[in-house]
Amino acid sequence: MNPDDALYDEQVVRPYVMTRGRTEARAKLDLISLAVTIRPATGVEMGLDPEHLKIVRLCKRPLSVAEIAAHLDLPAGTVRVLLGDLLDRGFIAVQEPQPEVDVLDERMYRAVLDGLRAL
Amino acid sequence: MVSGPSDGKKMPVPIKLLIAGGFGVGKTTMVGAVSEIKPLRTEETLTDRSVGVDDLSGVESKNTTTVAMDFGRISIGDDFVLYLFGTPGQERFWFVWDELARGALGAVVLADTRRLADCFPSVDYFERRGTPFIVAVNCFDDAPRYDLDEVKLALNLGPDIPVLLCDARRRDSGKEVLIALVQHAYGRRPMAKV
Repeated sequence: MNPDDALYDEQVVRPYVMTRGRTEARAKLDLISLAVTIRPATGVEMGLDPEHLKIVRLCKRPLSVAEIAAHLDLPAGTVRVLLGDLLDRGFIAVQEPQPEVDVLDERMYRAVLDGLRAL
Repeated sequence: MVSGPSDGKKMPVPIKLLIAGGFGVGKTTMVGAVSEIKPLRTEETLTDRSVGVDDLSGVESKNTTTVAMDFGRISIGDDFVLYLFGTPGQERFWFVWDELARGALGAVVLADTRRLADCFPSVDYFERRGTPFIVAVNCFDDAPRYDLDEVKLALNLGPDIPVLLCDARRRDSGKEVLIALVQHAYGRRPMAKV
């Protein structure tokens, strides 16, 4: 095997290049924060990279940061940065998880228990 | 109050549950048994903020650790979606996992009676952090069977921590474990104690 072949097996563009060196997302998104596309991207949008467009296409139904990262095979941190860009530009909406103090809601526990029993 | 998207698209509220325990105890198996999707893997880069182990004295730069987590999903109608995260096997990374545990409704600590000590770090972690947890003993075919009270004693668990037997391969068994966890978490709500 030609050692150069290894170059083509790997992702050629490094995650930090996709985020232009940014490692901290402005919006601190949890692994389970959900993103959904609210405005389709045409593909000729200024400043959107292929990964941004992939996310916009992927999130036609709500998907978590963790799911987007898994589907795109990118680290979660990279996905957070890309989602921050899309959020700023109004392509996606985000649903945050219940804050820890709010995980007291009786209705939520009942709904989850009923849902699990019905599985 | 959780705010939703402004355009009227209804989004479920995501809820996080953790499946912890030692390496090879069946965490991913359990995630896969109850998940509506094939378990996915995600990588999270964590920064060591207070390193107790592997202390690299004199090294100025922050250490980062990449941990891989397998996870699955269970939709609860249109209102909620449960994400089940199998925590990485290297228990020594627990101390940087506050991010994973933050906001989690609760945790299942999976135990194997052949290597019971493997779940000590998880039990310690959730006790210290105050995350509601239960212990589920995964019944491997060739593992010795113990009375649940013996397991409770060996793990030095408080009387209020539920311990149950399970088969991580079976969906109905995993489902029972999750129901027990949510019931336990419900009883542990600060409001429930008032």
